Amino acid sequence: MKRRSFVQASMALGSFGVLGGMVGCASVGRVPEKARVVVVGGGYGGATAAKYVRMLSNYQIDVTLIEPNGEFVSCPISNLVIGGSKTMADITTPYDKLSGKHGVNIVRDYVASVDPVKKTVTLASGPTIRYDKLVMSPGIDLMFNTIEGLKEANASGQILQAWKAGPETLALRKQLESMNDGGVYAITIPEAPYRCPPGPYERASQVAHYFKQHKPKSKVLILDANQDVTSKGPLFKKFWADNYKDILEYMPQHKVMAVDAKTNTLKFDVQNDVKADVLNVLPAMRAGGIAVQSSLANVNTRWCGVHYQTFESTQAKDIHVIGDSIMLAPLMPKSGHMANSHGKVTAAAIVAQLSDMPVNPTPFLSNTCYSFVNDKLVVHVASVHQYDNKDKTYKTVSGSGGVSSAPNELEGIYAWNWAQNIWADSLM
Amino acid sequence: MCANCHGTDGRTIEGSAIPSLVGMPKDYMVLQMKAFKDGSRPATVMHQITKGLTDTQIDIISSYYAAIKR
Repeated sequence: MKRRSFVQASMALGSFGVLGGMVGCASVGRVPEKARVVVVGGGYGGATAAKYVRMLSNYQIDVTLIEPNGEFVSCPISNLVIGGSKTMADITTPYDKLSGKHGVNIVRDYVASVDPVKKTVTLASGPTIRYDKLVMSPGIDLMFNTIEGLKEANASGQILQAWKAGPETLALRKQLESMNDGGVYAITIPEAPYRCPPGPYERASQVAHYFKQHKPKSKVLILDANQDVTSKGPLFKKFWADNYKDILEYMPQHKVMAVDAKTNTLKFDVQNDVKADVLNVLPAMRAGGIAVQSSLANVNTRWCGVHYQTFESTQAKDIHVIGDSIMLAPLMPKSGHMANSHGKVTAAAIVAQLSDMPVNPTPFLSNTCYSFVNDKLVVHVASVHQYDNKDKTYKTVSGSGGVSSAPNELEGIYAWNWAQNIWADSLM
Repeated sequence: MCANCHGTDGRTIEGSAIPSLVGMPKDYMVLQMKAFKDGSRPATVMHQITKGLTDTQIDIISSYYAAIKR
């Protein structure tokens, strides 16, 4: 299949697949003066966009990926590290295939600023790179300042978020291991939208499973700013009632206003204070800092508006924003699976635009999200989203999507294979 | 669309219970996708995904994977 027919095939279907073909040479750390495509952020969105621009252009378009971390650490599955059934090594993937196999030039740095007029990004270390197309995939920023006392308590390592998988994931696991039997773990959830809607409920389930096995006198408290469980609610609540009845307590309409690190106490806008041994506070979230700073977060200064057909910013030409940073179309969650899909639709659009070919008028994408309720049983939610050219947004296809009928072990196997396959699809 | 779970180019990782799609015969894949869609083949998630696809989209996807060499 020639490149043209391949891109057309991929345009007919959003985008997927790959041609075998030329493989570029890896060159990690080289800072070029110019790259046709610069990608900021090597998570599910950015890594996928970088790889698929290379593949869909038959390895003709050069891509530089700017990422501060030396390895990819997955948020999906990281709750199992906190629960104790997986390790950090299980959720960590190196970037070497992205460079070695796909010829993505990886620069390990932060971006200090973006100039959408000159079409340049300036790295924290100083150099400037020109681009024809910029893909911004900076994930989320946690708004620590929205909760009094949280910034200092987090910086000292006392009150963790562990919502960006990495050192805090392991640190939270260690706090739970050190906690005495009979202690209390409390997780707080901000008002939606936030990264990974079912994630906090999965995490609470993982901690409850760990307590049930090893610290049966201990308790899990979920303090949710929302009115009810925001994802897979009936499935989670039934499993908690059947399996964690005396361990886990769910409390909606609990919006945290302040933390008192001296007494490890949470203060709410209406409800009474709650004291716990291990506090896991998730503040409100917004688009990654560089997107906000670059004025791309033009929806409530929190999320980045995009044209959904191409994921090009509504704020700046030739800058595409993908992943958790964007203002999503209705019923699209902030998930790794979605970000990976954004990366492919964007890669196909960019390759078409740089090749003077028409952009797919009707991309579509899907979401599949698995949550572990203990170390083996899983529930999922799935959806299919078709771009509507008339209304310029994605709409879920009528009759598609849904959730598991009940937690089951078969989906536990699929969930782990999903993770391994999407890591390979994004990074290898 | 498919690659997130079934791997780039339909190639899953070694030992994956989720099947590879690369080189799958077109007629077989069309039949399976339609069986998921109409509920005659039980599934955990594929029935919910295929209900989001038109028969034309199922045809294009199946042709694509059938054309790739294993």
